Amino acid sequence: MIPIENYLVLSVLLFSIGLMVVVIKRNAIAVLLGLELMLNAANINLVAFNLAHPQRLDGQMFAVFVIIVAACEAAVGLAIILRAYRLFNTAVPDNISTLKEP
Amino acid sequence: MIYAFYIFAFIAVAAAAGILFARRLFHAALLLLVCFLAVAGIYAVSYAEWVAVTQILVYAGGVVVIIIFGIMLTTRAPGRPTAISNSKWFSGLLLGLAVMGFLITLFLRETVGAPTVPLMDERFTLVNRFGIALMTDYLLPFEVAGLLLLITLVGAAVIAATRNKNTSS
Repeated sequence: MIPIENYLVLSVLLFSIGLMVVVIKRNAIAVLLGLELMLNAANINLVAFNLAHPQRLDGQMFAVFVIIVAACEAAVGLAIILRAYRLFNTAVPDNISTLKEP
Repeated sequence: MIYAFYIFAFIAVAAAAGILFARRLFHAALLLLVCFLAVAGIYAVSYAEWVAVTQILVYAGGVVVIIIFGIMLTTRAPGRPTAISNSKWFSGLLLGLAVMGFLITLFLRETVGAPTVPLMDERFTLVNRFGIALMTDYLLPFEVAGLLLLITLVGAAVIAATRNKNTSS
């Protein structure tokens, strides 16, 4: 059967690629993509640790609730990005540096 | 089964790395869709059928569609794809590779001799147990999640639909 190290290494790879996307990309929507990747990496860990204790369901249940919260986060994040785009006419967070309306 | 895991893992990591090097935002969103589907395959071979179906329904069906709507609503010039400009390649790669190396060495050192994932019965299905647990032991988180989804729906609509007074958009 698949050793648990393989799940951990896969999750670390996805997590660090998501972190690089968050740091490197300048567009706010691309930063959201990186955040979703990092949440997915955490979910892989939860499912893998649940496999080691098949009589319990805590890990998979936790993963499902993480997916629900991630969907909420994406919806609210995109609403904020759309609002900022309408105000500042850009979706690049580095160009938005004023607190008041321009 | 074990080959399916490695194939799905390779697809997921390759699609994620493709997001890092994608030149257009729309291509990055489609690569994210590929990555989500591959992760759903990993859940399916890990006896987490319910999580796999939820991943496909919510992530591949919902989140990616929302993100594509966001990309289409924030394009500067209609008809021209949004290009992603990158910045801080050095610090980003340094941070990501440092976190990767640290966590991999930590995990490989800590989990040597740890119990590996046991072999489960092939016909052992979890969906039945999962549904019963969701309606008994996990009823309160289930209801709270429903309330959270409602609040999010209303909040996102209010944030996105309010018009400014002095901008004419």
